[in-house]
Amino acid sequence: MQKTAEKENLEKASVALPPTHTVTLKVNNTEKQLQLAPWVSLLDALREYLGLTGTKKGCDHGQCGACTVLVNGRRINSCLTLAIMEEGNDITTIEGLAKGDALHPMQEAFIQHDAYQCGYCTPGQICSAVGLLSEGKAKNEHDIKELMSGNICRCGAYTNIVAAVQDVMQQKGDPANE
Amino acid sequence: MSNTTTNYIGKPASRVDGRAKVTGEAKYAAEFPAPGLTYGVVVSSAVAKGTITKIDTAAALSLPGVLQVFTHQNRPGLAWFDKKYQDEDAPPGTPFRPLYDEKILFSQQPIALVVADNFEVARYAASLVEITYETEPHITSIKNRLHEAYTPKEYKSAEPSPRGDAEKGLAQAEITHEAEYSHPSEHHNPMEMHASTVVLAEDGTLTVYDKTQGVQNSQNYITQVFGLAKEQVQVISPFVGGAFGSGLRPQYQLFLAVMAALELKRSVRVVLTRQQMFSFGHRPATIQHLVLGSTSQGALTAVVHEGFAETSRFEDYTENLVNWSAMLYKCDNVQLAHKLIQMDAYTPLDMRAPGGVTGLYALECAMDELAYKLDKDPLELRLTNYTNIDLSKDNPFSSKELKACYQQGAEKFGWAKRNPQPRSMREGKTLIGYGLATGAWEVNQQKSSAKAVLSPDGQLKVTSATADIGTGTYTIMTQIAAETLGLPLANVTFKLGDTALPQAPLQGGSWTAASVGSAVKAACEGIQEKLLAHIRNLKEGPLAGVQKLEEVLFADGKIILKSNPAQHMLLPEVMRLAGENFIEATVTTKPELRQKKYSMFSHSAVFVEVLVDEDFGTIRVTRVVSAIAGGRIINPKTARSQILGGIVWGMGMALEEESVMDQPYGRFINHDLAEYHVPVNADIHDLEVIFVEEDDDIVNPLGVKGLGEIGIVGTAAAIANAVYHATGKRVRDLPITLDKLM
Amino acid sequence: MNSFTYFRAHEVAAALTEKATAPQAKFIAGGTNLTDLMKVNVEQPHHLIDIRRLPLNKIEETEENGLRLGALVTNADTAYHPLVESRYPLLAKAILAGASAQLRNMATNGGNPLQRTRCYYFYDTATACNKREPGSGCSALNGYNRIHAILGTSEHCIAVHPSDMAVALTALDAKVNVTGPQGERVIPFPEFHRLPGDTPNIDTNLSPDEIITAIDLPTKGFAENNAYLKLRDRTSYAFALVSVAAALELEGNIIKEARIALGGVAHKPWRKPEAEAQLVGKEANPENFAQVAETLLAGAQGFGHNNFKIELAKRAIVRALLQAAKMEEIS
Ligand SMILES: Cc1cc2nc3c(=O)[nH]c(=O)nc-3n(C[C@H](O)[C@H](O)[C@H](O)COP(=O)(O)OP(=O)(O)OC[C@H]3O[C@@H](n4cnc5c(N)ncnc54)[C@H](O)[C@@H]3O)c2cc1C
Ligand code: SF4
Ligand code: FES
Ligand code: FES
Repeated sequence: MQKTAEKENLEKASVALPPTHTVTLKVNNTEKQLQLAPWVSLLDALREYLGLTGTKKGCDHGQCGACTVLVNGRRINSCLTLAIMEEGNDITTIEGLAKGDALHPMQEAFIQHDAYQCGYCTPGQICSAVGLLSEGKAKNEHDIKELMSGNICRCGAYTNIVAAVQDVMQQKGDPANE
Repeated sequence: MSNTTTNYIGKPASRVDGRAKVTGEAKYAAEFPAPGLTYGVVVSSAVAKGTITKIDTAAALSLPGVLQVFTHQNRPGLAWFDKKYQDEDAPPGTPFRPLYDEKILFSQQPIALVVADNFEVARYAASLVEITYETEPHITSIKNRLHEAYTPKEYKSAEPSPRGDAEKGLAQAEITHEAEYSHPSEHHNPMEMHASTVVLAEDGTLTVYDKTQGVQNSQNYITQVFGLAKEQVQVISPFVGGAFGSGLRPQYQLFLAVMAALELKRSVRVVLTRQQMFSFGHRPATIQHLVLGSTSQGALTAVVHEGFAETSRFEDYTENLVNWSAMLYKCDNVQLAHKLIQMDAYTPLDMRAPGGVTGLYALECAMDELAYKLDKDPLELRLTNYTNIDLSKDNPFSSKELKACYQQGAEKFGWAKRNPQPRSMREGKTLIGYGLATGAWEVNQQKSSAKAVLSPDGQLKVTSATADIGTGTYTIMTQIAAETLGLPLANVTFKLGDTALPQAPLQGGSWTAASVGSAVKAACEGIQEKLLAHIRNLKEGPLAGVQKLEEVLFADGKIILKSNPAQHMLLPEVMRLAGENFIEATVTTKPELRQKKYSMFSHSAVFVEVLVDEDFGTIRVTRVVSAIAGGRIINPKTARSQILGGIVWGMGMALEEESVMDQPYGRFINHDLAEYHVPVNADIHDLEVIFVEEDDDIVNPLGVKGLGEIGIVGTAAAIANAVYHATGKRVRDLPITLDKLM
Repeated sequence: MNSFTYFRAHEVAAALTEKATAPQAKFIAGGTNLTDLMKVNVEQPHHLIDIRRLPLNKIEETEENGLRLGALVTNADTAYHPLVESRYPLLAKAILAGASAQLRNMATNGGNPLQRTRCYYFYDTATACNKREPGSGCSALNGYNRIHAILGTSEHCIAVHPSDMAVALTALDAKVNVTGPQGERVIPFPEFHRLPGDTPNIDTNLSPDEIITAIDLPTKGFAENNAYLKLRDRTSYAFALVSVAAALELEGNIIKEARIALGGVAHKPWRKPEAEAQLVGKEANPENFAQVAETLLAGAQGFGHNNFKIELAKRAIVRALLQAAKMEEIS
């Protein structure tokens, strides 16, 4: 591949590190101050800079859902957003779902229904399912499957994941069962 | 015994590691912290074959924070002999050595490792490494190259051996079916990408967190390649984010991370990218030629199964691809061949049910086609050729409840409702098809060790260096130990994935339950013996006078006198009286010799319903019933999950998965999870698992057969057969994407 | 990913000023496409202007009784907006057929039409690609082109535009409102994307220094008779092999107006006014729909692996129109 001279110059000029910023992230109700360059994804900020490794990296390209976290209550792929862009937002990760020793009902349901095998997609599935519930768009099993399809489980635990989600919906008296 | 509270074997139990998994506390290889940790990013070859003529690392090295760029030019001197690089799962040949020299053997070959203070800098620097290649022509396909196929010197499993005279058998046949079946390469793509975190202690010893299916395999590899003593390297892997075979061999991130740590005297983490997950072992593409001959009644007179599979230029990878055709059915004349064709690509690697899922896909589709030619129900055809003897070895089966699988599966599924005519069932534009296939997987027990330690508070710790790649090892070992010593589950912890623990085999081939389970049971029995020795010394108390284990029962947290259950002692009581602070037992178990006289397999019958859109060829697998004869089921809850996962894999194989080799580039081109399709939640409908009763006291003391692979075997063929039944169109090249049905 | 600096804009004017000072800069909104491409070094901006907090985050009715979709409203909020659901269900369906729930919560209305092709070679810097590296060649032409275009291709590029939303917007005759150094202008959606020609590196007629502020939907939403049909390699979370946005205005069984746009077949959502005109005054029936499918696919050409798309698209058009006419159930 031929590179144009212009492009080459640009590249050379850019061989330097980006300036860092003081970034305040609100994760699981705690404010954390980090010195971050803009090229740090939210996912890497959580895993590598904050030690919150519960959020998983399964592809780093928005193609698997393992990195799902809740931002202002909405589920998103943390690998495709930059940490600096999430300043001021409320970020909830899998580590922030349980209340002390009491697991979140979705966490309980995943254990009850064996909705996992290796567990690697699990935090993303659970955050996604929590987001699904608060979105309130799933009216039936078909909807749950469709709206949980952004979370790949290579172990193939889908049947049990759907059962776990339905279980929690039922507990909440959600009509989305059956 | 059945009314005790500590009877766990055979009962559903939630995973003991569940809490860790749902809270994010479970730590995987890339998640262990270390002071001053550095990050390595791999640079991969852009070409499939040739020579590196120049590597310019200046720009990368000039970036602040970059510690080193390792290439073949500056890597340390390492072990010389191939043997040192051969891991437990290495096929015969010359293992690939990362950064060995300037030669490029496959596309995406690792050719440099950039190490920096943080991940982002390393990633950027990696993009600045400029490589110049002199390319050579490559060949990355097996199509139209069958004439180049050769017989490998060595097979991993039994050498394909013929019996009878297939030619004669075919001459006698009243009906014959001949066809070629194929499938592409596939990649494991576990959700967790391969990663190693190498933590360097001040004394120079290494603690390596590796994504692996066998910590000892990784440890051996490191010690041999880098000339280290075992004491200098501890490999730890408590959780593995799926592997499906990809962790059976140490992958190159391990080599690179260890090399960098030793050279830089820093702790190093290397995580592959999803794209790089397409750069190493994979399920080999195969082309299989099947000929079946039968009488007009459907009795097989000949089976010919010739498989052609890809391998690399440097190793002869084989798997049990064709031998199934010699054992599954009754037939006197069988001819088999399994040949290899080299490509300029990485060596294939065992991937969930290696060989079985692909070889049986071909055989079971061929059987289906034969059934149509015979105008016979495909299930009937299987029953006509049913055998209770493994004719390939002339051995009886240790157990074989396949008939029960057929019966119970067919019943549950409603097979009887099937209209035998293809393309005969429809609802509007939706064509409906039923298909079935048989599955089989060989049962193996490997030498394994386990250690059990009972402490005075009644807590039992059991350990073994095995793995839990999602299979439920933690849980079932806890169940086995708890039941053997009659302790509540909560009192038992099982630890695995650490080279400091007693030796265990690689976790593969579905043998962990059988192998490690037997060792765990034996270790707990060792504790029983030791407790008994103390009981024998008791002069008074409820168990005084007990001489033999048979006289007591370990249950409900107690040792109970069988002849008078009111008489019992707590385990810690016995210890206290004996003045013991700990009782421990380490035991190694091996398969019993009598196993040699039997063939040991798990079996399945898979029934599938598909709906096919007549216009578009889009396929929905609406129902699957998988009836499994898998010996004793230790935990029906996790066992069912394993089979469900296998079915999902079968669906992926049948309909979606394909690593597309771009021929001009010699490169797998759909190297991400957006274009390498695996099933998603919306693809999955009604999946049902039946475990048929199967008693087997030959396979191992626990009577378990293992369930990791049997769920996938058979599924792809059943789907392909159902698609034919729905559409009348036979697709013999997987995956069956919509374009192939149009 | 290369090194870059970062600026967060709170006003459109500030974003434009920032852009003027750093012509190499890129705007980032949801980030779902740009971040992805930066990670594989396909996009290498040296400066990012974060526009996600611009006050373009509302859905409002326009004076002409249409709907204005703010550029920074997320795809999810758009699809689930009551007015979109009730008046433009075709758009809602198309958006919900794309990506995943998570991605739709991030993706914005401005970013979605600007996402770049998913051509394997475009994404892989080890290969030649005219779109990524003008003049380097097109690897797809003689490579693996199963997902590639059959209409409007050039010898320089046969990529398709991957957006689902854009297909519906094309069918609905939406308009893109943009603001740039020269002020504001409006680009009709069917003219927003370009064919590859000999400049496949340029996807759209938006100038790099312009910002999309909103997308306007006209009054007519075809809420009664519409369908979005997406055919792909798995049930969800996959890009379209072929998709069809179909909208009809019916009087009894007679077609008064028809709109048909195709996705997955060209470098832009594919629409042909003459095909639509062909249906006007005709009866809604499979034969007429099949004829219009022929017109839409006229001149289609496959490149080997994607030949099947021609027939697939024809059948999909018929089915989508049948669904829009409620002559067939939606499965
Ligand atoms: C795995 C995966 C699957 C997907 N599947 C689908 C699918 O099936 N169907 C589908 O349609 N899409 C799909 N998408 C794509 C997704 O919809 C787009 O990435 C998304 O819509 C882009 O919006 P964004 O706001 O995130 O854009 P960004 O990534 O922020 O920006 C994209 C481009 O637009 C520019 N830009 C953004 N906003 C503006 C503005 N207001 N003015 C000027 N320029 C702007 C940016 O500079 C950038 O060049 C998928 C994505 C992924 C990762
Ligand atoms: S089709 Fe277009 S995007 Fe794909 S390789 Fe060719 S030029 Fe690049
Ligand atoms: S890691 Fe973010 S979607 Fe896969
Ligand atoms: S549990 Fe392993 S990937 Fe989902």
